[in-house]
Amino acid sequence: MNTPLVSLIDAGKSYQDLDALKSVTMHLNQGEVMGLFGHNGAGKTTMMKLILGVISPSRGKVEVMGMAPDSKEAWHSRSKIGYLPENVSFYEQLTGLEVLSYFAKLKGFTNGRAKKQAIDLLEQVGITHAMKRPVKTYSKGMRQRLGLAQAFIGEPKLLLLDEPTVGLDPMATRDFYQTVDQLKSNGSSVILCSHVLPGVEQHIDRAMILSTGQLLAMGTLAELRQQAALPVAIKPSGLNGSVANDNRLNGFLTSNCPETLLVPEQEKLSVLRQLLSHEGLDDLQVEAANLEQVYQHFLSLHEKKNEKGAQG
Amino acid sequence: MRQILTVANKEFHDGLRNRWLISITLIFALLSIGLTYFGAAASGAVGVASLSTTVASLASLAVFLIPLIALLLSYDSFVGEQESGTLLLLLTYPISKSQLLLGKFIGQGSIIALATILGFGSSAVLLYFQLGDIEVLISFSVFIFSAILLGLSFTAISYLISLSVSEKSKAAGFALITWFLFALAFDLALLALLVGVEDGISQNGLTQLMMLNPADIFRLVNLSGLDSSDVNGALAVAINASLSQGQLFTALIAWVALPLTLAIFIFKRKKL
Repeated sequence: MNTPLVSLIDAGKSYQDLDALKSVTMHLNQGEVMGLFGHNGAGKTTMMKLILGVISPSRGKVEVMGMAPDSKEAWHSRSKIGYLPENVSFYEQLTGLEVLSYFAKLKGFTNGRAKKQAIDLLEQVGITHAMKRPVKTYSKGMRQRLGLAQAFIGEPKLLLLDEPTVGLDPMATRDFYQTVDQLKSNGSSVILCSHVLPGVEQHIDRAMILSTGQLLAMGTLAELRQQAALPVAIKPSGLNGSVANDNRLNGFLTSNCPETLLVPEQEKLSVLRQLLSHEGLDDLQVEAANLEQVYQHFLSLHEKKNEKGAQG
Repeated sequence: MRQILTVANKEFHDGLRNRWLISITLIFALLSIGLTYFGAAASGAVGVASLSTTVASLASLAVFLIPLIALLLSYDSFVGEQESGTLLLLLTYPISKSQLLLGKFIGQGSIIALATILGFGSSAVLLYFQLGDIEVLISFSVFIFSAILLGLSFTAISYLISLSVSEKSKAAGFALITWFLFALAFDLALLALLVGVEDGISQNGLTQLMMLNPADIFRLVNLSGLDSSDVNGALAVAINASLSQGQLFTALIAWVALPLTLAIFIFKRKKL
């Protein structure tokens, strides 16, 4: 049980003259939700394809459930893996129910059970009302839900979701994250691949940031914040400029946001104490750097490094 | 095997849903009934023409139609699914590439086979009642069986096209070219060779060259048994040096098996 469900060891993939993925080492444990972030072309999809066994690594090793995913032995463990591709349009002329039954059958369900599974999943993603209609009449959001239902077939142990919330309205997004949390508590592992999205933070255990095929950072959000050493933003109100006169505080003010103090993590508490000692203080907002800022930080760091490399 | 049947079942139902089965069956039925009854019209009579005339005219029409229909039915089998993203998704399922390909082949092949049997079979039955000759059923069985093989052969060829290109429109273009080459240009080239180059080619050589084209094998199968007075052109020459029916059918079956094997090979090496 301690062996990771997915492990990549120095795994990489190159096409002729392009390194789609440079050497990446990562482990995903059972019941863990990993966020995989990066721009287009960062290597997210390549990494997913490696884990799915659709392509073979050019170097290094990939293991899923203890087997190389592109090998023959890994064959039947595939029915325990769910995948939502980034761009998929299902058979337009079939109904949602037919599409889902077809995929369920391919995952090893017998005819009758495939249909039942399909109906259950369509209910779970909330498109039961449209299940007898051809997919070509579906809206973008409904298609995305159908894709998700497809990925959930057979209670997968491992789920790889590429841009799962694209096209979903806020309600559907909430439902989706609920499903992810539920799968996680059932012991499934999930890899969420996405641009950084608001609201994703609470649902992931760890994050990976990729850029141009390179792993820039990996860890829990707290670890990443620490690595990035981004300041905490503290917004006091009711002080009427007395902060600017306080020698211990005015150093944290910057010219472009005169009301906000940007404080390094380790000085946060002392600054807060100091602020509390001011009489006029009537409210206080403390905001740690969010995922998006952390992501931007690592990306700009990477770009700077690249520029230096190009000059040198 | 279950996976193959699941895919085959889906493809077959697609064929039903898209009205492919009914359209092809209707085309074949109308064509063959029409030719059976009015085939003699050219010689000034209306009524049932002789069996050999009927089969000869059916074969010369089918040789154009069947490859075209098979190519149209299957040219987008893979490139279409690749464009919509379902091909990548299917390959993450517990189904191998050869299972997927064979499943599609069985599904779409059944559509063609069933349409051929129903369409041409209907006129065979009609003709049998008119002439009461068991010979009718034998000739038509050979005709229908070879027509099915011809259809399957071009289904396999269209998989080759569908797996080798990355856009649906390109696949359509290549399918059209393929049809033109096999159904028209090949024969013209043979004829040119025969007429234009004196002593350029022996009867045997010509027959062997014809083995390079499934459409010509189909012609040979159906015309070699008939009076050569109903047959003219390059074929008549070839028929005189004819191979046995068994050899011709073997060649036709090879034209199904080889492209199919090659298609599996290409699919396995294909990058996604």
